[in-house]
Amino acid sequence: MSTEKQYLLDKPRNVQRILWLLYAACALVLALDLVVHRHTEHPWEGIIGFYPAYGFVGCVILVLAAKWMRRLIIRPKDYYQRSDLPPHPSREEDAP
Amino acid sequence: MIALPPFALFYLAALAVALTRGRVRSVVLVATPLLGALNLWTLPTDAALTQSLFSLQLEWLRIDRLSLLFGYLFHIAALIALIYALHVRDTLQQVSALLYAGSALGAVFAGDLLTFFLFWEGMALTSVCLVWARRSPASYSAGVRYLVIQIISGLLLFTGLIMLWRETGSLAFSYIGTDATYGWLILLALGLKAAFPLLHSWLVDAYPEATPTGTVFLSAFTTKVAIYALTRGFPGTELLVYVGATMACFPIFFAVVENDLRRVLAYSLINQLGFMVVGIGIGSQLAINGAVAHAFTDVIFKGLLFMSMGAVLTMTGRVNGSELGGLYKTMPRTTVLCIVGAASISAFPLFSGFVSKSMIMSAALKEEFFGVWLLLLFASAGVFHHAGIKIPYFAFFAHDSGIRVSDPPGNMQLAMLIAAVLCIAIGVYPQLLYDALPFDVTYTPYDVTHVLTQMQLLLFSALAFVWLNRRGLYPPELNAVHLDFDWTYRRLLPQAALPLIAAIVTVDRRLRQFALQRLQQVIGLARQLHSPGGVLSRDVGTGTMVLWVTLLLAVYLFLSFT
Repeated sequence: MSTEKQYLLDKPRNVQRILWLLYAACALVLALDLVVHRHTEHPWEGIIGFYPAYGFVGCVILVLAAKWMRRLIIRPKDYYQRSDLPPHPSREEDAP
Repeated sequence: MIALPPFALFYLAALAVALTRGRVRSVVLVATPLLGALNLWTLPTDAALTQSLFSLQLEWLRIDRLSLLFGYLFHIAALIALIYALHVRDTLQQVSALLYAGSALGAVFAGDLLTFFLFWEGMALTSVCLVWARRSPASYSAGVRYLVIQIISGLLLFTGLIMLWRETGSLAFSYIGTDATYGWLILLALGLKAAFPLLHSWLVDAYPEATPTGTVFLSAFTTKVAIYALTRGFPGTELLVYVGATMACFPIFFAVVENDLRRVLAYSLINQLGFMVVGIGIGSQLAINGAVAHAFTDVIFKGLLFMSMGAVLTMTGRVNGSELGGLYKTMPRTTVLCIVGAASISAFPLFSGFVSKSMIMSAALKEEFFGVWLLLLFASAGVFHHAGIKIPYFAFFAHDSGIRVSDPPGNMQLAMLIAAVLCIAIGVYPQLLYDALPFDVTYTPYDVTHVLTQMQLLLFSALAFVWLNRRGLYPPELNAVHLDFDWTYRRLLPQAALPLIAAIVTVDRRLRQFALQRLQQVIGLARQLHSPGGVLSRDVGTGTMVLWVTLLLAVYLFLSFT
C-alpha cells in the first residue's frame, strides 16, 4: 500500500504559518486601539487594551477554573448506568 | 376570509407522511414548510380564528409582528431540519418531527393561554419521540427524564393559567408580570423550558441522546417557544437580567471540560439563551429587539453546528472529542460549514451572531447594567472558546484520529449549506432581519468601535486558547461523566430517600403483620365456635324450642296480669 496522502496541516510549517497569522492579527488590532478613536459608554472601555486583556485573561481564568471544577464533578463513564431506571429490553445485550 | 392556521398544515402533513413512503413522502416533507411559509405570507395581518368552548374563547390564530417573526423562523428551521433528515427512513421520527414543528407554530400563534398550553404539551409529547427514536438504553432513560420535566412544566403552566383565569376572568396571552402568584407559576413553567439555571439539566441530558437529525429539531423549537413566551409575558422583569447573566456564564465552564461535542453544543445553547433572557429582562425596545433577533440567528447557527456534529456522528458513529480529530482531511465541506456556524455563534463581524448579540450588549450598557455587561462580555469570549474553537478543533483538527470518512449525504450538505448561507446573509445584510423585528429601532451594528472591540476580544481569546494548548494547560478530553444538576434527582434524592423508603417498608410490614394476626384470631374464634362440638354448632331438639316458647308465653301472660 502506498504511503498516505499528505494533507495541508500535516506539515508543521503550515500550522506555524497559521499561528503567525493569528499573532499578526492580534498585534494589528492592538495597534489599531492606539490609532482609532473609539466612542465609549463605560469608563473601563476607554482603557487602551481593555478588550484584548479581558478576552485573554477571561479565557485563561475560564479554562483554569473549569479544570479545577472538573476534579469535583468527574465520574466514571458508567456512573449513571449502574442503577438507573428499569432496564430497557435491549439493555441486556448491551451490558458487558 | 378563512385562514388556515400554520399548525394545521403541519399536522395534516404528518398524517400524509404516515400514509406515504418513498419519493412521495420526501416531496411532502420538503413541500410542507414551503407551503406553510407561503400560507403565512398570504395571511392577512388581521387574520384570526376563534372558537367557543363552553364560556371560553379559544384563539387559535393571532398574528402580530412578534408571532409572525417566530412563525417565519420556525418555517425556516423546519425546512432546514427536514431537508437534513430527508435520508432517514423512520416513520416515527418524520411524523413526530412534523407534529413537533406544528405544535411550536401553534404555540407562537396562540392568542390565549389555554391554546398555548395545549401546544406546549403537544411539543413535549412529540419531541420526546425524537429522543426515543435513537432506540438506545441511554436515550430511553434520558427521554423518560426529559418527558417528566416537560410535563411538570406543563402542569405549572396549567395551574398558573387557571389561577389567572379565576382572578382576572380572562385567558388572553399578553403581559403577565410577577405581581401575583400565577405570574410566578407561569414564569417557572416557562423557565423550565428556557433552561433557567438549576432547571436546565433536562436539556444537556436529553438533547445529546437524541438521533443525529432529531437534535436539530429539538434545538430549534422548545427553548425558542419559551423565549417567545417570556418576551410576550415578562418583558422588563429585572430578575430575568440576573437569571440570564447566570445562564450565559455558568454553562461555559461545563462546556470546556465536556467530551461529547453535542453536549458541548447543548451547554452553549443555554449560554445563548442567557443572552436572550438578559435582553427580555432589560425590556427596552432595543433589548427586546436584540433578544428576538438573537433567537432568530441562534436557531440557524446552532442548528448548523448541531447539523455538522450530527454529520460527524452519522458518518463516524462517534461524537466524543477524545475519539475524533483530523476529519478535515476527508470531510472538507462539513469542516467549512461547521466553521461558518462557529464564526456565527462567536459573533465574528459579517456573521449573523454579531448583528444580534451586539444589540443586547449595547442595550445592557445603555440601561446601565455594567456588571451584567461585563459578565456578558466574559460569556462572549467563553462561547468563542468552547463553541467557536473547541467544536471545530477537536472534531476536524487536533490529533489525527485516523478516521477517514467522506462528507455526509447530499441532503445533509444542502441543509447545512442553506443554514450557512443564511448565517452570512444576515451577517452581511442585517437590515433583512432588523426590518422584521417587533420594534422600529434604528441600530447600526457595523461601526468602527463595535467591529474593532469585538475583533480584539475574539482574537485574544483565540490567543489564549493557543497559549494554553502550547503550555499543556488545556484540559484533555476525557471519556467520563461530568456531574451536573441532574445528579440531584438521579442520585442524591433517590439516595436520600432510601432510609425513608426503608422506614416505610418496615412500618408497612409491621402493620400488615398486625392486621394478619388479628384476622387469624377472628378466623380461629369463628372456627372454634362453629367447629363440631362448638357452641354454635350443637344439635338442639325441637322439643327444647317448644319448651322455651311456652315459657316465654307464660312470662308474657304473667306480666299482662300484673
